[in-house]
Amino acid sequence: MSSNIETINIIKEISGVNPLRCMKCGKCTASCMAYDEMDIKPHQFVSYIERGDLESLMLSESLYKCLGCFACVERCPRNVQPGKLIDAVRQTVIRQRGAEGMTTEEIRQLITQEVPQQLLVSAFRRNRR
Amino acid sequence: MPRIGVFVCHCGTNIAGTIDVAKVAEMAAAEQGVVFSKDYQYMCSQTGQTLIIDAIKEYKLTGIVVCSCSPRMHETTFRNAAQRAGLNPYMVEIANIREQCSWIHKDREEATEKAVILMRAAVAKVCLNTPLTAGESGVTKRALVIGGGIAGIQTALDISAAGFKVDIVEKTPSIGGRMSQLDKTFPTLDCSACILTPKMVEAASDENITLYTYSEVEKVSGFVGNFKVDIRKKARSVRADKCTGCGVCQEKCPSKKAPSEFNRGLNNRSAIYTPFAQAIPNVPVIDRENCIKFQTGKCGVCSKVCQANAIDYEQEDEMITVEYGAIVVATGFDVINLDKYDEYAYSKSKDVITSLELERIMNAAGPTGGHLERLSDGKAPKEIVFIQCVGSRCADERGKSYCSKICCMYTAKQAMLIRDKYPDTNVTVFYIDIRTPGKNFDEFYRRAVEDYNVHYIKGQVGKVLPESSGKLIVVGSDIIDARHVIIPADMVVLAAAIEPNKDARKIATMLTASIDNNNFLTEAHAKLRPVESPTAGIFLSGVCQGPRDIPETVAMAGSAAAKVIGLLSKDRLKSNPCTAHSDELMCNGCSTCEKVCPYGAISYETKIVNDHGVKKERRVAVVNAALCQGCGACTVACPSGAMDLSGFSNRQIIAEVDAVCR
Ligand SMILES: Cc1cc2nc3c(=O)[nH]c(=O)nc-3n(C[C@H](O)[C@H](O)[C@H](O)COP(=O)(O)OP(=O)(O)OC[C@H]3O[C@@H](n4cnc5c(N)ncnc54)[C@H](O)[C@@H]3O)c2cc1C
Ligand code: SF4
Ligand code: SF4
Repeated sequence: MSSNIETINIIKEISGVNPLRCMKCGKCTASCMAYDEMDIKPHQFVSYIERGDLESLMLSESLYKCLGCFACVERCPRNVQPGKLIDAVRQTVIRQRGAEGMTTEEIRQLITQEVPQQLLVSAFRRNRR
Repeated sequence: MPRIGVFVCHCGTNIAGTIDVAKVAEMAAAEQGVVFSKDYQYMCSQTGQTLIIDAIKEYKLTGIVVCSCSPRMHETTFRNAAQRAGLNPYMVEIANIREQCSWIHKDREEATEKAVILMRAAVAKVCLNTPLTAGESGVTKRALVIGGGIAGIQTALDISAAGFKVDIVEKTPSIGGRMSQLDKTFPTLDCSACILTPKMVEAASDENITLYTYSEVEKVSGFVGNFKVDIRKKARSVRADKCTGCGVCQEKCPSKKAPSEFNRGLNNRSAIYTPFAQAIPNVPVIDRENCIKFQTGKCGVCSKVCQANAIDYEQEDEMITVEYGAIVVATGFDVINLDKYDEYAYSKSKDVITSLELERIMNAAGPTGGHLERLSDGKAPKEIVFIQCVGSRCADERGKSYCSKICCMYTAKQAMLIRDKYPDTNVTVFYIDIRTPGKNFDEFYRRAVEDYNVHYIKGQVGKVLPESSGKLIVVGSDIIDARHVIIPADMVVLAAAIEPNKDARKIATMLTASIDNNNFLTEAHAKLRPVESPTAGIFLSGVCQGPRDIPETVAMAGSAAAKVIGLLSKDRLKSNPCTAHSDELMCNGCSTCEKVCPYGAISYETKIVNDHGVKKERRVAVVNAALCQGCGACTVACPSGAMDLSGFSNRQIIAEVDAVCR
């Protein structure tokens, strides 16, 4: 549990999200393009982090359903930015998976004119360093 | 030799919880000039004040320092106590060891050390205090109310009831304010016009009340009891002494393309107009921008049809100057602009409206004659969605940080009225929290849910998508059921946040009254002086001070009136003796101080000055003590050190600084 708290603090830090600012209005979720496919909704990411339930989030399908469109970040009236939280949890999962990730060298080899930017972004998300 | 007493207050645990008060008292005893020191639980209590009075008498004290809360809280209390003991009230100094020490520090040792330093500075200052005597000034027995909404009207009626003269200056052509735009009012659902119009008539016929409509305050000078106000009476182009209010001109006017302000631009009005049928005064004005006669020189129809010969195209703005003893600000509010909320398609669809627009649509005198219909195609809406908190409670720059307070109740009202009159219309409300504190308020909201079957969904709307079919697809989230909600609606109503009238900052600046970041006028004390501005003689009424509904506005109006009456019933006011004065021998007449004085209290005189036996003619600064508020701007600005402030002299302040640095 204590390592859990540490990880949560890291997630809060890298995402810049303070879950206490959330007034639980649900506007993020209402703005989300991927709503129907998400098992845990954007506004719930905020309250799960607040409660300290990282396990559920790390197993959540939503991590891979989120489009990264940041509609929720844009629309949240309290500047909570739940999308950044989703990003940070996904990052944490990827880091913990470790070996599956790509090295910087491998990514560098991907960089050609044809490769879409989006792919490079996700390659960096999987970066092992 | 000064004989100083130091009194250290515990303020229960407010101070004593963080500061070693006994130590502060003990350290005080060692200060030069101090002959008595003591700590006590509550200095402001009867016992505490008696302790001070007895000590002044017994130890023949020439000055006292009270280490306690902010001087804004109790300086007057302790000055009065000193006076009762026969000591000049200006021989009292307060060391603020609560707000500026115990409340903001945690470490006991550090806080105690700081309290000792603050005490020392106050002792150093009081040793140099001189007895001051407050001057007196008269009181003009007339009040000014700026803004003629329900707040202004009620304040004026209450002031008049006590027998004082009162003038209302209202910017628009009629008094009435927002309330005149409402259809029915919560929590009892009486028709707004039925309860407001009688009050408007009462104000207009009250012989103590003068209405200046279509008028604005242009300049304010003077001070409490003696304000001088320039009022611009804008040219109506219609002579009020002749007009019979028959309305023919409005009917015949060929220019009917100006958006009606009263109907929130939902329909148009003629160039010559009264905002609404029950307007007071019932004298139209010509909106010159939209008048064909004023724009092209041709037309003149109104002048031809007017039987009373009341039209006067030559009329000019008139300036009047009136003196007042007190001024009440009642400038009210507006709803915020929704341009930045394109997710709700407000500017894209005519059928996405604000709640205030809905009030006009529901009103029999409104643009649709009271029929609930879509403005795009005139059809009756069968599916209506209300969205609350649009722009309220926002941490971003799009909206307002505060809760607008009235929206939960008026949304419940509107939803209920629609369900009552059009039972086959489905009504859904998206809310974040329902806030209904108030007498019979929650019961009212529950009636909407339980008796009228209004669907309340805890959640927000992400977007409203207008379709070519005319439907508005509302995409929202129900966060209790974790359910995606998609409603094909016919009408969407946005409970837009409210904000102070755009003029608030201008008015506050004119009155040197303070205003907060949201442009609400600030009260003198959040709890104990809610209807007074910190500027003496300026009072606050209605929504200009913060969001509130009609019952609260009326209560506040009465309370502001009571304060005004209290002031106007005095014949003389004691003025603040802590004013500036210049040393004629040092002043070189450079005019620097005049430029910085916010109260216009400084002028220059050419005087024969006796400079060490040599008589010289010199231009020197003279301060009008009645106007000077003792802000000290001039003393800082004066390059020759000639300007000084009684009670806060340069010597005293340097002594304080020395004591702090000791
Ligand atoms: C959609 C909606 C529905 C509502 N429904 C209800 C309800 O059912 N029940 C209820 O209790 N409350 C209701 N309210 C709240 C109610 O409207 C306010 O509480 C009330 O109108 C406040 O009155 P006021 O006099 O403070 O402000 P206002 O009504 O805004 O009056 C201010 C007046 O000052 C004038 N003014 C402004 N600036 C100047 C200036 N510089 N010089 C001269 N004059 C100036 C304005 O023209 C205006 O006439 C509702 C509000 C809204 C928006
Ligand atoms: S939009 Fe912001 S405040 Fe509202 S629930 Fe989502 S994170 Fe919380
Ligand atoms: S960033 Fe992800 S969670 Fe946020 S709105 Fe877009 S898809 Fe939904």
